[in-house]
Amino acid sequence: MRKEPVKIKEVEAPVRSGNFEEVILGYSEEEALREAARCLQCKNPLCSSGCPVGIDIKTFIHKITQKDYAGACSTIRQKNNFPSICGRVCPAEYQCRKACVLTKRGERFATPEAINIHFLERFAGDYGMNNPANRQSGAKCIDAKAKKVAIVGSGPAGICCAGELARAGIKVVVYEGLHKLGGVLRYGIPPFRLPRNILDYEIESLKKMGVDFVPNFIVGRNKSVDELLKEFSAVFLGLGAGIPSFLGIKGENLCNIYSANEFLTRVNLMSAYKFPKAHTPVNIGKSMVIIGGGNTAMDAARCALRLQKMNGLNPDTTVLYRRSEVELPARRLEIEHAKEEGIKFKLLVKPEEFLGDEKGFVRKLRCLQCELGEPDASGRRKPIEIPGSGFEVDCDIAVVAIGLNANEILTKVTPALKVDKYGDVVVDENTMETSIKNVFAGGDIVGGEGTVIEAMGMAKRAAKSIIEKLCNQR
Amino acid sequence: MSIKILEKKILADVLGSKIVQIKVPAKDVAAYAKAGQFIVLMVAEEGERIPLTIAGVDKDKTAITIIFQEAGLTTRLLGKLEPGDSLYALAGPLGHPTEIGENEDVFIIGGGVGIAEIYPVACAFKAKGNRVTTILGARTKELLILEEELKKVSDNFYITTDDGTYGQKGFVTDVLKNLLAAKKPCNLVYAVGPIPMMRKVSETTKPFSVKTLVSLNALMVDATGMCGCCRVSVGGKTRFSCVDGPEFDAHEVDWDELIKRNKIYCDKEQHICKLSFK
Repeated sequence: MRKEPVKIKEVEAPVRSGNFEEVILGYSEEEALREAARCLQCKNPLCSSGCPVGIDIKTFIHKITQKDYAGACSTIRQKNNFPSICGRVCPAEYQCRKACVLTKRGERFATPEAINIHFLERFAGDYGMNNPANRQSGAKCIDAKAKKVAIVGSGPAGICCAGELARAGIKVVVYEGLHKLGGVLRYGIPPFRLPRNILDYEIESLKKMGVDFVPNFIVGRNKSVDELLKEFSAVFLGLGAGIPSFLGIKGENLCNIYSANEFLTRVNLMSAYKFPKAHTPVNIGKSMVIIGGGNTAMDAARCALRLQKMNGLNPDTTVLYRRSEVELPARRLEIEHAKEEGIKFKLLVKPEEFLGDEKGFVRKLRCLQCELGEPDASGRRKPIEIPGSGFEVDCDIAVVAIGLNANEILTKVTPALKVDKYGDVVVDENTMETSIKNVFAGGDIVGGEGTVIEAMGMAKRAAKSIIEKLCNQR
Repeated sequence: MSIKILEKKILADVLGSKIVQIKVPAKDVAAYAKAGQFIVLMVAEEGERIPLTIAGVDKDKTAITIIFQEAGLTTRLLGKLEPGDSLYALAGPLGHPTEIGENEDVFIIGGGVGIAEIYPVACAFKAKGNRVTTILGARTKELLILEEELKKVSDNFYITTDDGTYGQKGFVTDVLKNLLAAKKPCNLVYAVGPIPMMRKVSETTKPFSVKTLVSLNALMVDATGMCGCCRVSVGGKTRFSCVDGPEFDAHEVDWDELIKRNKIYCDKEQHICKLSFK
C-alpha cells in the first residue's frame, strides 16, 4: 500500500490571520524523511521536465532519504540558486508536482498523491541556509577583473542572473530603482508567504559572492543603457511587469480604490501594517473587495483581512472573480489558505461601476452576474454577462488585481530596444539577447506576467549566453 | 552611500509655516536633472517616500537643492534634520522635464512653496531666449521666497500678497487677468502652487484660450509608475502624475477629483503627527 502524503505544518487560520508571520512552518527532519521516502525514484523521472529550471529532483530527494541534506541543497543549487524562495512561492501544482508520476492524470492540477516536491525543496534550502558552510562558490571560468555585467532590476530575474554570473566569476553590479532589494519578492509577496529574513539572506549571499547592489538607481533616468554598455561588457534587463492595469469602469478613481501594486507596496515594501511605527499609511475598511483571481489577488485579500483583524474590525474581505473557481489562476494553496482564513469568494461576477459618497470615497460596487461560455483564446471558458442580473456589494476599500503591463520607464528612452505591442522586450528565445547587442532580458518584461521560477528560467538562459559570449571574447 | 545634508537655510518661518531649503549630494540625479523634474526621498528607513521638486542643481553637478514647506509628518521630520544628518534614500530625476520652447512669451506663476518649483523652469525659459513674465503670490510678505533669484530671470515681475503686506494686495490671478485682458502677448502660462491657486489660474486663462500648464502634487508611493496612487483624470483619461506628468494641461484636469484624492490619508496624517509632535 502507498504511504500517505506527509502534511505540512501550518499556523492555524484564526491565529495567523491576525499577523504577518509565516503561515507554513515547513517539514521537520522526520517529516521530510517520510515524505522523501514516498518518492518512487523513477528510472525515467518526469518531475524535472515540469521544472522551468530543470532541477534534478530525483537526485535531491534521494539525498534527503540518505540524510545528506547539504548534498540535497547543493543538487538544487546547481540549477536554482534560491531553493528557500522557490520552495515557498513556486506554483508546484502546475509544474513539477503535476509532472510527478504519482499524480492522477488528466487533472488540471497535481493531486495530493504527488510528492510534495516544493516542501522538500524548502526543507533542503532552509537546511543549506542554516548550515552555510556547505555553500559552493562554483567554478570560475574567466578573469573576474576583465568582465563586468550590469543587471537592471533586483527582482527574481535580476538576482538569479546575478547569482549565475557571479558563480562564473564575473563581476556583477545590480541596479535597483527602489530603496530596498528584491523587486516583487519584496514589494509584492507578503512576509507571511516569504519571510523577509529569507530574502535578506539570499541577497546577502549574493553580496558575499561579490555582487554589488546599487539601490535608488533608475536606469533610464540616471544612466542610460548606452552608458551602461560603455562601462560593462553586457547588460541584463530584469525590469519586471510594472504598470498596474485598471478596469476602466466608472468611479475607478474614487478614494480608497487601490491597484494591487499600490496596496501591496504600501503593506509589504513600506510596512504600512506597522503604521504608525512605519510612516506610510494604508486605509482599512469594513468591507474590503479584491477584484481578480491570481496570486496577487490572494496576497492582497489575505493582507486586507489581516489588516482588518489587527485593527479590531470584523473580517470582511471578498474576492470577486469573473470566472468560476477552477479558472482562478492563483496557486491552489493560496486559495485554500485564503478560504481557511475566512476570505469570501464571489465568483462569476463582473464589476460595472464604483459608487462613492460626497467626499469622493468609494462605498459600493455595482456588479453583474456572469455565466461561462465557450473557451476563449486562453483556453479558459469565457465569462458572459447575464442581462438584468445587476446587484450591489458594500465596498469601502477596493483593490484591483487584474494584472500588470510592461513598465516603460526604460524602454521608452531606449528606442533601439525592440518591444512588442504590449511593450514587452523582444528577445531571441534561445539566447535571451535583445535587439541591442550585448543587452539581454528576462522575466516579466519579456513574457508578460509569469511566475518567479519562470523568470529565473529565463534569467538562467540569459546568464548562460552571457557567460559563453564573454568567455569567447577572451 | 550616505546622503548627508550639506547646507540648510530657513527661507521663511512665520504664521506656523516654515519653508526650508536643503542641499544634498546626488550626483546621479544632478547629472541628468532638468527643469520640471522631481525626486523621491525618504527621511528614515521606516519613513514614507515623498516626491519633492528639484529646485536647483549645483554648478559641478554633484548636489541638488530641495525646497519644502513643513506640513505633514515627513516634511516636518525632514525640517528637523541639520547639516551632517543623513537622508535614508533619494532617487530621481523623475517625471517629464518641462518642454522649453524658444522666442515665446511665457507667464510663470508661483504660489507659496510652488515658487521653488517655478524657479528652475523660469531659468530654463530665460536661457532659451524666451520673454519671461513672473507673477509670485504669497499669503504674507515673510512667506515670499526666491524673490531676488526670480527677478533676475524675469523680464516683467509682479508680486501679490493675500494681506497686502508686500506688492499688490490680492491674488496672482488678479495680475494675470489684467495682463491677459490688456492683450499682453502670451504663448504659455505655467503655474505651480496650492491646488486652489492652480485651479483659479486655469479658470482665468480658459476664456483667453491660452495654453496653461500646471505641475500637480498628487500623492505618490514609488513614483516610477508602479502603483497608480498618483492617478489623475486629464481630459477624461486616467494618467499617472509620476510618469505621465507631473505637468498637465490645466484646462483638462479634473480638479475636484484631485482635491478629494489628495485628502485620502488626512485622518491618518493628523493621527501620526499628533503622536510624533505632542
